[in-house]
Amino acid sequence: MNGIPYFPGCSLKDSARGFESSALFVMETLGLPLVELERWNCCGTVYSLTEDDLMHHLASVRNLIRTREAGGDELVALCSMCYNTLARVAARVDADAEAREKINAFMDEEPDYEGGVQIVHLLHVLRDRIGPDAIAEATTRPLDGLSVATYYGCTLVRPKSVSVDDSENPTAMGDVLDATGATIVDFPFATECCGTYQVVDRPDLSLERSYRVLHSAARAGAHVVATACPLCQHNLEQARDRFAESDGIGALTVAYFTELLAAALGADPPPEGLGPMLEIHVTAEGGA
Amino acid sequence: MPTENLCARVEELSGENVFACYQCGMCSAGCPLTEEMDRLPSQVIRDLQLDDPELLESNAMWVCASCLACEVRCPKGVDLAKLMEALRQIVLRRALDNVSLDDMKREDIRSLPQIALVASLRKKTG
Repeated sequence: MNGIPYFPGCSLKDSARGFESSALFVMETLGLPLVELERWNCCGTVYSLTEDDLMHHLASVRNLIRTREAGGDELVALCSMCYNTLARVAARVDADAEAREKINAFMDEEPDYEGGVQIVHLLHVLRDRIGPDAIAEATTRPLDGLSVATYYGCTLVRPKSVSVDDSENPTAMGDVLDATGATIVDFPFATECCGTYQVVDRPDLSLERSYRVLHSAARAGAHVVATACPLCQHNLEQARDRFAESDGIGALTVAYFTELLAAALGADPPPEGLGPMLEIHVTAEGGA
Repeated sequence: MPTENLCARVEELSGENVFACYQCGMCSAGCPLTEEMDRLPSQVIRDLQLDDPELLESNAMWVCASCLACEVRCPKGVDLAKLMEALRQIVLRRALDNVSLDDMKREDIRSLPQIALVASLRKKTG
């Protein structure tokens, strides 16, 4: 296969189109293109936490089977929630032969899944395979002058068994963005929950959590909060607009980390919504 | 809601040992949602140990968002998110949903990313 198989998931085809298009541009530019998995389906979105609830693992297992059919043994995810769900299901069925047999027996129409597919996050590929040096070399619009708060949220770093990095003090996103010349600011709410799906019936609750994240980022001097999850992105944008008058929050841009990378690697025009912000913080300070 | 042997049922569903908890309170200290809960996360475990029949009436399990801040910090390796899920499941398996899209405006539903809707319905409906 030419390139790496990747799993987009539902949101990247709708509310988070900019996440997908920027990631595709970045990987194409860096010479390791992402190839969309054929016949993928929803991952299930959340990992079932009760022992007997095998039924809800089926959706993820089907994607693992599709990966095998494509001749691969690894699948790259972009959305943090997809990454978490796929990685936890893959680990569960690898470790639990009885669960795997039950799942296989239920899916009559599918070939049996024997295990072994590795779920990888795009950050792993960028940091460990391509590396900061190659990213720095490919950077044509350095982000000098831009201060970025890298927001990991929950599902990228917890539980430890699937964390992309240290659960309490992750640096993976910063390691990658630092290579573009951006300044990574330290902010204490980098791994605090944004309120997640509570936005559906308790928007008060998610707005409050997202406000705290933004407040912390603004206090740390960030211009941009970088995300890796369509739900974090949504909740933070809602809170930014709702609390725009408060403590510099309205001046913050919320963007997928891949959008910042795409801008640095010369995407022309830069991803939607980033242009004016880059104009102010990067060009004015002699970056581009 | 009959709650006989609640602790044993939660242990069975979650695969966790409720009695490993020694009430240090680390989970409650790090939980981003405690002020929305009528019982602290550490109190939920204590009440499970005591088989408190009122526990299923608490809102704590519905407020818990499975962010796993407690899970990575528990010095005894108790996965509290699994206990919360087991409590939710005991209610949901009695066909008592905690959220309904009928209560929401269409434009609100349309504005949400799919993962928000699917996650909410996965967590709060049976």
